[in-house]
Amino acid sequence: MKYFDSGQIQKKLGSRLLLNQVAKRLFFLATLVGLVVLVILIYRVFSDSMGWINFDFLSNRLSTDPQKAGILGAITGTFWLMVVVAPVTFFLGVGTAIYLEEFAKKGRFQSFIQTNISNLAGVPSIVFGLLGLTVFVRGLGLGAVVLAGGLTMALLVLPIVVVSAQEAIRAVPQYLRDASYGMGATKWQTIKNVVLPAAIPGILTGIILALSRAIGETAPLVVLGIPALLIPLPEGIFDKFTVMPLQIYYWTIDAALVAEYANLAAASIVVLLFILFLMNSVAIFIRNKYQKRY
Amino acid sequence: MAVMTKAKKNFVSPANVGTQEPVQSNKKVAFQTKDLNLWYGEDHALKSINLEIVENEVTAIIGPSGCGKSTFIKTLNRMVELIPVVKISGDILYREKSILNKSYKVEELRTRVGMVFQKPNPFPKSIYENIAYGPKIHGIRNKKILDEIVEKSLRGAAIWDEVKDRLHENAYGLSGGQQQRICIARCLAIEPDVILMDEPTSALDPISTLKIEELVQELKKDFSIIIVTHNMQQAARISDKTAFFLNGEVIEFDSTDKIFSTPSDKRTEDYITGRFG
Repeated sequence: MKYFDSGQIQKKLGSRLLLNQVAKRLFFLATLVGLVVLVILIYRVFSDSMGWINFDFLSNRLSTDPQKAGILGAITGTFWLMVVVAPVTFFLGVGTAIYLEEFAKKGRFQSFIQTNISNLAGVPSIVFGLLGLTVFVRGLGLGAVVLAGGLTMALLVLPIVVVSAQEAIRAVPQYLRDASYGMGATKWQTIKNVVLPAAIPGILTGIILALSRAIGETAPLVVLGIPALLIPLPEGIFDKFTVMPLQIYYWTIDAALVAEYANLAAASIVVLLFILFLMNSVAIFIRNKYQKRY
Repeated sequence: MAVMTKAKKNFVSPANVGTQEPVQSNKKVAFQTKDLNLWYGEDHALKSINLEIVENEVTAIIGPSGCGKSTFIKTLNRMVELIPVVKISGDILYREKSILNKSYKVEELRTRVGMVFQKPNPFPKSIYENIAYGPKIHGIRNKKILDEIVEKSLRGAAIWDEVKDRLHENAYGLSGGQQQRICIARCLAIEPDVILMDEPTSALDPISTLKIEELVQELKKDFSIIIVTHNMQQAARISDKTAFFLNGEVIEFDSTDKIFSTPSDKRTEDYITGRFG
C-alpha cells in the first residue's frame, strides 16, 4: 500500500507553502527592524548636527553659549583616558593571557580563573564605576582624575583583551613552539621570539576593539563623578577631565533648557562615531593584513 | 624491493638471539635506556625499553603506526614532557649522565640533542633568522660569528647554494624539501651531538627525500643520528642499526643488514616483508 499518493501530497501542500512564506517574511521583518532603527538614528543625528560640525566646534572649549561651545575638552579628555587605558590593558591583559595559555598548568585553578574572566565580562559597567569610586577616587584619594577613570575603564575592558589575546596565542601552531623548545629555548624565549610575534596582530585587534569600547562607555564615569563643567584642558593623568560620551549625556539633559544643546550633542555623536569607525577600520586592517601567515 | 626478497630468502636465523645486547664496537655510547617505561595517562606507550645507541651511526626506528617510535625519540630530548599526562619510569643515560634527573636542565639537553620534526616547521622569519635563532637564544650576539654559523650550517645541510642569494627572504617561500633542509640547518646551528629525526621525509616528494637521505649519510660523520621512519626501504638504505618497535616494545635491535636479511623474530620478519603494518 502506498502512503503518499498525489491526493495526500496535494491536501497539505498549500498550507505548507503558505507557512513557509509567512516564516520568510516574519524573519525578514525582524531583520528590518534593526536596520530601520539604525537608519533613523543616523539620519536624526546627522540632520541635527548639520551645520554644527566645523573647525570651531572641534577646537573650542566648553561654553554656555551654544555658538561658541566646542568639544576640544572632551576630545583631550578621551585622549588622556586612552593614554592610561591602553598600556594598562596591554600589560595586564596580555600578561594574563600569556600566563593562562603558556605557563599555567591545565587544572582546576586555571579553569577557575578562566570562568571568572568570563564572569567579569558580564558584570554591568556601572558596578565597575562603583569599584572605581571606592578604590581609586576615594580609597587612593586620587579624585575624579584621568588616572582614576583610566584604571576603572581598564578593568572594565580587561576581559575583552584577555580573551582575544588568549585566542590569538592559542592560534599559534604548536609546531612553531616545538621548533623553539627543540633547540633548548626556555619558555619565555619561545614566547618572546615565536609566540608573541605570531600572535601580535590578533592581540592588537583585541586591544583596539577594547579601546573603542572604553571610548564609548559612560556609566562608570558618571558614578566616578566626572563633571562636564568649564574645567581647564587636562594636561596629564592627574588632571580632572571629561570625555565625549559624558559631554553628549550632559548636553542632552540640558537641551530642555537650551534647545541648541541638542544640536551640539548630535554633532558630538557624529565625531564620536567617526573616531570609533576609524578605530574599528584599523583593527580590521591589521587583522586582514597579518591573517594566516603560517 | 631487493631488500624484501633478500629478507624472505634468509629469514631462518638460529644464531645471534639476544637481540638487545649491545653491539661490540670501539665507538662510544651516546644514549643508553634502562628499563624505560612511559605512560600517557593509563596508556602504556613504552614498555621496558633497553637500548644502546652508538655515536656516529644512523640508528633507524621502525614499526607500525602507534608503536611508540615517535614517543621514544621525543623521550630522548624530553620533548615528550610537553604533554601534561606523561609518566616515565626507568632511566635514560646520555653520555653516561641520567637526563631524567631533575637537575639535568632540558635547555642544556636539547642543545646537545637536536631535533628535526615530521612536518617542516621553519619560523615565519627570514632564512637567516631561522638559522641564527638557536645561537641567539644561547646568547651569541656577535654579527660576524652569527654570519659564520649561518653559512656553515646551511652548507652542512647542503642548501647553501640554493639560498645564499636570498638569506633575508622569508623561509616560507621555499619548497617543502628546502624548508626541511633549513630545519636541519637550524638544528646544526646549535652544534648538537645527537640529531633526532622524527619521520623527516614523510611530508616530502621522492626527490627531496633522496636529498635528505644523502644528507643523513654526510651528517653521520660528525653526528649521531636517530631517525624514526615508517619507510622500511629508507631504514635499509641509510641506517647502520635498526630497532623494530611493536606495541611499545623493542622486538628486535640489531645491525640493519641483519634485521633486513636474517631477522631473529618472526614479527620483525612479518613486518619487513609487508605482512602487516
